[in-house]
Amino acid sequence: MPETILTTPLDTWHREHGARMVPFAGYSMPVQYDFAGAMAERCKGGVMAEHLYCREKAALFDVSHMGQAMLHGAGAAGLLEHLVCGDISGLRPGRQRYTLLTTESGGILDDLMVANLGEEGLFLVVNASRKAVDFAHIGTVTPVTVLTDRALLALQGPAAAGIMARLAPAAAALPFMGVARCDIAGVPGLVSRSGYTGEDGFEMSVPGEMAVTLANRLLEQPDLIPAGLGARDSLRLEAGLCLYGNDIGETTSPIEAGLTWAISKRRKMSWDFLGGPAIRAHLDNGPPRRRVGIRPDGRAPAREHTVILTPDGQELIGEITSGGFGPTLNGPMAMGYVRNDFSDDGSKLSLMVRGKPLPATVVPLPFVPHRYVR
Amino acid sequence: MPAKNSDTRYTKDHEWVRLDGDIVTVGITDHAQQQLGELVFVELPELEREVVAGEACAVVESVKAASDVYSPLTGRVAEINETIVEDPEIVNNDAEGEGWFFKLELDDPATFEELMDQEAYDEYLETL
Repeated sequence: MPETILTTPLDTWHREHGARMVPFAGYSMPVQYDFAGAMAERCKGGVMAEHLYCREKAALFDVSHMGQAMLHGAGAAGLLEHLVCGDISGLRPGRQRYTLLTTESGGILDDLMVANLGEEGLFLVVNASRKAVDFAHIGTVTPVTVLTDRALLALQGPAAAGIMARLAPAAAALPFMGVARCDIAGVPGLVSRSGYTGEDGFEMSVPGEMAVTLANRLLEQPDLIPAGLGARDSLRLEAGLCLYGNDIGETTSPIEAGLTWAISKRRKMSWDFLGGPAIRAHLDNGPPRRRVGIRPDGRAPAREHTVILTPDGQELIGEITSGGFGPTLNGPMAMGYVRNDFSDDGSKLSLMVRGKPLPATVVPLPFVPHRYVR
Repeated sequence: MPAKNSDTRYTKDHEWVRLDGDIVTVGITDHAQQQLGELVFVELPELEREVVAGEACAVVESVKAASDVYSPLTGRVAEINETIVEDPEIVNNDAEGEGWFFKLELDDPATFEELMDQEAYDEYLETL
């Protein structure tokens, strides 16, 4: 059956800026750019250059493929709490929270952001690949208004706050995980101070038809380039952040994924959410495996699905779920699940890379320190 | 880009091959390095390894992916370029010169003639 590929409102804009487009979660998305003209004076493009530019200055990511939705009504927070492990009823207006949709068996259906917009309701951002699943699932407890006509742009990096201060002073004043409606260079937006790079930054939900205008206004500012999904992935991995489908999924519990912090204190008293009893048992008994940071020796990256063995190569103890090269770290890095008794920092591992053992060590996450505003 | 000449041949896997007596020098083309992006790791075949045409015998890795490099012809690995292991960026800067990968002593030097010449490779690139 032929499937049509979806595009974001910035599709043509990406191509005009030298993007290499690839299919991702059903969308045609920029993986990296080959910059020309004025933009080439800022950066030549490519995953490594875009990554380093974001850490040094700022980068603009199109994440319009992600799912956006509203939950209306006074009871929405309480109803959503049946399905997520976070404290949503206690989320104050103007605040956003990272939380997890859980499964009955204690797995993770998706990770998502929930923002309290006060009278308007709750604003949700979910993974592109999980939109249909999530919205149908949430729809069983409360009506979901899916926002299909909006773009989502992420402005990330140490220069992001300065850029925002010039175009949207109200947004620049937001605290970490704060959210507000405000105009950005005249474009009406819903802005949160958050991101997926480990840097300070903003995510901006705007009407789809205004996305090109906003992107152009942003790029008129100095110290900013567009960046693709390639850099987004290496940035989030350096920041130790999970990618749904790789590092977390329906067969990983929040406990073994190291996301116990995402189960709010109040929810841990009652465990009254889908899969709560199973997740509680995982916490009480200790999971058999844990997600850890891994540094391979030398320069060779170990990619996802790489098998993890004991240092003597005798026993299979885990698998890498995300792996690559960290441009800021200037070395290979990975995340994966290892048997509990090999999950302490400093534990030695052996990775099977192209049939040969590659020594590696368990290290704390993140690989590169977060620089969120607090 | 370095000048290409009639002694250089190409493969559909984007390797270049330069003949000098019974020995060929092998690397990846400028097109290949552009497609791969900045290289962060190179693994070369061991010296004296016997390789068959089309056999994966080296690896290049960028930030986001690993790719195999195939032996364009059948022969024995006579020399490897350790400098690109220490500094993979040389391949990005000069893919068809300083960024060579290895040298092969060919089993049958006549097989070199079966590879694409520059004109054929350029035409092949147009079809991609």
